[in-house]
Amino acid sequence: MSKIKLIQAPAIQEQITKLLIGEKVYLSGVIYTARDAAHQRLVNQLQAGQPLPFELKNQALFYVGPSPAKPGRVLGACGPTTSSRMDSYTPILLEKGLKMMIGKGQRSAEVVDAIKRNKAVYLVAIGGAGALMSQCIKKAELVDYPDLGAEAIRRLEVEKMPLIVAIDSQGNNLFAVGPKQYARE
Amino acid sequence: MREINVAQVTETVAQLCIDACLYLGDDVVELLRQARKKEVSDFGCYIFERLLENLNIAAEQEIPICQDTGMTVVFLKIGQELHFTGGNLTDAINKGVRLGYQRGYLRKSVLTPLERVNTNDNTPAVIHTAIVPGDRLKIIVAPKGGGSENMSRLKMLKPADGIEGIKKFVLETIVEAGASPCPPIILGIGIGGTMEKAALMSKEALLRRAGTSSSDPIVAKLEKEMLELVNKTGIGPQGLGGNVTALAVHIETYPTHIAALPVAVNIQCHAARHQEAIL
Repeated sequence: MSKIKLIQAPAIQEQITKLLIGEKVYLSGVIYTARDAAHQRLVNQLQAGQPLPFELKNQALFYVGPSPAKPGRVLGACGPTTSSRMDSYTPILLEKGLKMMIGKGQRSAEVVDAIKRNKAVYLVAIGGAGALMSQCIKKAELVDYPDLGAEAIRRLEVEKMPLIVAIDSQGNNLFAVGPKQYARE
Repeated sequence: MREINVAQVTETVAQLCIDACLYLGDDVVELLRQARKKEVSDFGCYIFERLLENLNIAAEQEIPICQDTGMTVVFLKIGQELHFTGGNLTDAINKGVRLGYQRGYLRKSVLTPLERVNTNDNTPAVIHTAIVPGDRLKIIVAPKGGGSENMSRLKMLKPADGIEGIKKFVLETIVEAGASPCPPIILGIGIGGTMEKAALMSKEALLRRAGTSSSDPIVAKLEKEMLELVNKTGIGPQGLGGNVTALAVHIETYPTHIAALPVAVNIQCHAARHQEAIL
């Protein structure tokens, strides 16, 4: 097993630029949750010239709708949701300073291009490992869109989230190369 | 005629919702352990280990296996000698879902399809009933996540497409799904009947003990061939590449029309949640 790199959020450009597809990382710091409905609102607000609920520059977005916290716990299960549903909203968020995305599964060619153009990174968490991921969440607070319930935007303080670099700042794509190595006729 | 008070159905459904979301069946756990040994990719092995670790944490800390605790699908096998008392059976099931999702701190993921307004209690459930001989009630609760359900497909093939056409359609579905349904997956496939019958069979196929074969030798052979074909795609755990994409393929069949060959593919992620009780 290769050595696991430690990285920070909000993003440090120097760290992001050095990441390569296929590397395992542990992410610590502050990240924001946003999935389908929250993305739609963020982009609508941007297009209407309104301020966002948080400053997007150098931030990390985690595509997740966590399950509710039991009494005495920070948050319930919180594994990633399918990133491709966010693809149509992603390029504009990257242009506005978004630096890291955490989700699962492939991204569109437009998103890969936008990641490369903005020297950003796409990290994948293990889909279905929601209880495991919840162990990394040290603090969670509501930021905005409370009416969206599980889809509301939350600020999370995370410690050593286990992630894999899936699309790096050079536009290399792990989903394009990984399965090919194992395909059999 | 035997009587069941629907309040008993409510309590049973509530507990089944919680149990289904916290504990995975030993059949799937065993398949994951075997897959860990079979898998050749580094990421694949890493992912299988984390998934097994996740199941332990979920059970020990009573946290859902996955944050997507699904839309609640309920199957009822109702003995024809039974009589329900104390209220409306459908309402009783939905009340059970409401209670289970509150008590279990499960995610409320159900909303109106057009306005997208969340019902905030995960109701209504999707309820499938069947009338069977006897005086018992079997309740199966199977919460189904959105990621894998989204990648499921149904196609009305031509009779001329035959078994080869079925294989081609299933493979196309799996390749298009790629990483999205959180592989390793279990495939439920319904072949025959009408459009809705094929879809229902594909879901019922997922309730079978994972990894067991059909009792029909022709169907069992097709299950085995499909599992090999799917695992040759190289998609692998989480779509990062590997030789285990599916843990099992379950196929159910039903006679169909001379003009038809309906095929439904219901994709299930490793969180193949279903719990049952008999009243």
